[in-house]
Amino acid sequence: MRQTVKALLTTFGVLSSALGVGVTSAHAQAKTITLCWAAWDPANALVELSKDFTAKTGIGMKFEFVPWTNYADRFLNELNSHGSLCDLIIGDSQWIGGAAENGQYVKLNDFFKKEGISMDDYMPATVVGYSEWPKNSPNYWALPAMGDAVGWTYRKDWFARPEIQADFKAKYGRDLAVPKTLDELHDIAKFFQGREIDGKKVYGASIYTERGSEGITMGVSNYLYDYGFQYQDPKKPYSMDGFVNSPSAVKGLEAYKELYKCCTPPGASNSYMSEGLDAFKSGQVALQMNFFAFFPGLYKDPNVGGDKIGFFSNPAGPATQATQLGGQGISVVSYSKNQGEALQYIKWFSGGDVQKKWWALGGYSCAKSVLNDPSFPSSAPFAGEFLKSMGMVVDFWAEPSYAQLLQAEQKRVHDYVVADKGTAQEALDGLVKDWKAIFKEEGKKF
Amino acid sequence: MNDLSTSSQITYRAVPIRSGVIRRIRGLSDRTLAWIFITPTIVLLLAINIFPLVWTIYLSFTNYRANRPNAPTIWLGTDWYQSILTDPDIWAAMQVTAHFVVWTVLIETVLGFGLAFLIDKKFRGHGLWTTIILLPMMLSPAVVGNFWTFLYQPQIGLFNYVVAFFTGRDASSFQMLGDVTLSPWAIVIVDAWMWTPYVMLICLAGLRSIPDYIYEAAEVDRASNWRQFWSITLPMALPFIMLAVLFRGIENFKMFDMVNLLTGGGPGSTTEVASITLKRAAFESWRTGYSSAFAIILFVTVFGLANIYVKALNRVKSR
Repeated sequence: MRQTVKALLTTFGVLSSALGVGVTSAHAQAKTITLCWAAWDPANALVELSKDFTAKTGIGMKFEFVPWTNYADRFLNELNSHGSLCDLIIGDSQWIGGAAENGQYVKLNDFFKKEGISMDDYMPATVVGYSEWPKNSPNYWALPAMGDAVGWTYRKDWFARPEIQADFKAKYGRDLAVPKTLDELHDIAKFFQGREIDGKKVYGASIYTERGSEGITMGVSNYLYDYGFQYQDPKKPYSMDGFVNSPSAVKGLEAYKELYKCCTPPGASNSYMSEGLDAFKSGQVALQMNFFAFFPGLYKDPNVGGDKIGFFSNPAGPATQATQLGGQGISVVSYSKNQGEALQYIKWFSGGDVQKKWWALGGYSCAKSVLNDPSFPSSAPFAGEFLKSMGMVVDFWAEPSYAQLLQAEQKRVHDYVVADKGTAQEALDGLVKDWKAIFKEEGKKF
Repeated sequence: MNDLSTSSQITYRAVPIRSGVIRRIRGLSDRTLAWIFITPTIVLLLAINIFPLVWTIYLSFTNYRANRPNAPTIWLGTDWYQSILTDPDIWAAMQVTAHFVVWTVLIETVLGFGLAFLIDKKFRGHGLWTTIILLPMMLSPAVVGNFWTFLYQPQIGLFNYVVAFFTGRDASSFQMLGDVTLSPWAIVIVDAWMWTPYVMLICLAGLRSIPDYIYEAAEVDRASNWRQFWSITLPMALPFIMLAVLFRGIENFKMFDMVNLLTGGGPGSTTEVASITLKRAAFESWRTGYSSAFAIILFVTVFGLANIYVKALNRVKSR
C-alpha cells in the first residue's frame, strides 16, 4: 500500500514538475497582444498575415472579432469603460475624434517620427479619414490600415446576354453597360426590376436602408454628395444652412428615395451590408451597393463570382462624383498594458512587404507603395475601381459627437425614404436643426 | 416509552457546542443576531439597487457623459427633465410604447384566458397541447426575433404566403416590417405569439384554484354555463388575470430586444419604443445625464401606474 502511495506521489510530482516547466517556458516565450476588429473577411486575412509578425517577434496574437451589428457597441463600451481587452484596435473612421479627445487612443506622432513612419507614404484620403484629429492637422492617432469605400457590383453575365442587351437598347436607346451616372444606374435598376431571368423573378438593386446603426446614412451619402450636398460651409465651419439642405441636396435625397421605391427587392426596408450580400449572392438583384472590402469574397463566390460579377465605383451625379468613405485605421489603446508590443505591431504592419502581402491576402492596403504600383489596377478585378474610389471619398463627421449626428441623420432620412414621412426638403431642414442643436450642446460656435 | 406522539416524553439530546462559540453568541440579543443575519442582504441591496438608483438620480441633473469622464460635470438642475417632457420625439416614442403595451396586453389576456379555459377542461391530450402552447415562451427573444424576421420576409416568408392564401393578394405585395402601418402590428403579433402562453399559465392557476364545490352548488341551483362563467369563473379568476396584466404590462413597457431585432425602431421611427430611444441616448450617443433623466421618468411612470394598478388589484382580491 505504502509503495502504491509512494508511486502515486512520485508520478504526481513528476507531472506537476513537467506542467510547471511547461508553463514557465510558455511564459518565457513572449507576450501576447489582442487585436480588436469586426468579424468579416478582411479580419480573417489579418489573422493569416499576423502569423508573420509572431514568427518574426515571438509576440503572440489574439483576436477579438465582433460582428458588424455589435462592433461599435462592443468596442466603444470597451473604450469608454477604460477596458484593457484590446491592445490594438481597428476602429471606425468616425471614432477618431472622440477617441482622441477622450484619451482612448495613444497619439502616434512621436512614435512615427522615431520609427521613420511617414504619413506621406499613405493615400491622402486615408490619412485624413483614418488617422487625423483634428482633421487636416498633423496629429495622428492611427495608422491607415484598411482602405474602404462604397462601390457597386453588377451581374456581368446578365448584362452580357444578347436578349437582355437588345431589350435594353430598345427601351433606352443605348447599350446596357456599366452606368457612368446615377441616372443611368436608375434606368438599369428599373429595367431589371421584376424581370424574369432563368425562370426566376429578379430585382434592380440592393441599397442601404438600415435604420438601427448607420446603414441608410452610408447609402444615401453616395447620392447626396454627387448631387452637391456638403456637411458645412468650407469657409465657415459648422455653418450648415444652404449646404446640408441645399436644393441640389434635396434632389439627391429624392433620387435615392426614387431608387428605393422603384427598384429594390420586396422587404428591403432595413438592409445593410449582409442583407446586400445575401440579395446578390442569391441571385436576386442585378446591382448591389456595398463596401469594397466584401468584393474579394464575392469574386470568389461559386455562384455569382468569377466571370459573373463586375465592379464599378459610385457613378457621377449632376454636381460631382464622390463616394462614402469606409475603412479604418489601427490604433494603440491607451489603457493597454502592452503598448510596447502593440507599437511593435504597428511598426511591422507599416512595412512595404507586409502591406503588399496584406493586399494579396484580401486586405485593402492604404500604402502608396501598393496602390501606386503600376501593376495594382490589374492585380484584381476590383482594384482599379477601388483606386478610383479612394480618390473621391468623403467621410461623415468625425466629431466626438458623431454618434448623435449619425442618429439624427438615420432618423430624418429613414423617415423620409422608407417611412414616407414629409418631404426631402423637410427632412434635410430637420437634419440641419438637429445637427445645430447637437453642436450647440457641444459648445461649437457657428 | 418510545411513543414519540407524547410530547412530554420526548427527550432531546444536547449537542455539545464549543465553548468559544458559546462565549461569542452569549450576550447577543435577538435583535443583534437579526441584524447580523440581515446586514449582508441590506449591503447587497444598497450596493446593487439603491446606490445605482440614487446615482442615476444625481446624474440626471448633470451634463455627465460616460465617454468623457475627464470633462467637468456641470449641474443643470431640471434642464433634462424639461427638455425631455417637451420633446415631441419623446412623446412620439411614448405613444408607440403605449400602443404596443395596450394591444399586446389586451390580445394576450383575451387569448391567454381563452386558452386556459380550454385547457382547464381536461380533454384528451390536453397535456400535450399545453406543452405545445408553452413552447414559444421558452425560446429566447433573440431566436424569436430572427425566426419572425424570416417569417415576415415578403419573398420567402411563410406569413405573407398564409395571408396571400386567404386574401388572394400577391405575397410579395406587402411588407410587415417595412410598412409604416403594418410594422407596429407585426411586433404586436410576435409578442402575442410568444407571451400568450405565459398569461395562459397564470390564468390556468387561477381557474384551477376555484373549488369544485362552488360549481356543484351552482349546478344544484340550476345555473346555466354562461351564468356560472360570469358569476363564478370570471370573478374568481380575476385577481390572477389582473396579475398577468400587471406582469405583461411592466414587461412590455420595457420591451427592447424584440423590437430591436425585428425593425430596429423603423421604418423611420414608427416602432421606436421608449427603451430604444433610451438605449440610443445612453449607449450610442453617450448622453449619460440626459438618459438618466429619461430613465427616471420611465421608472416613475411604470412605478406610478403599477402602484395604482396594485391598489385596484387588492380591492378586487378583498371582494
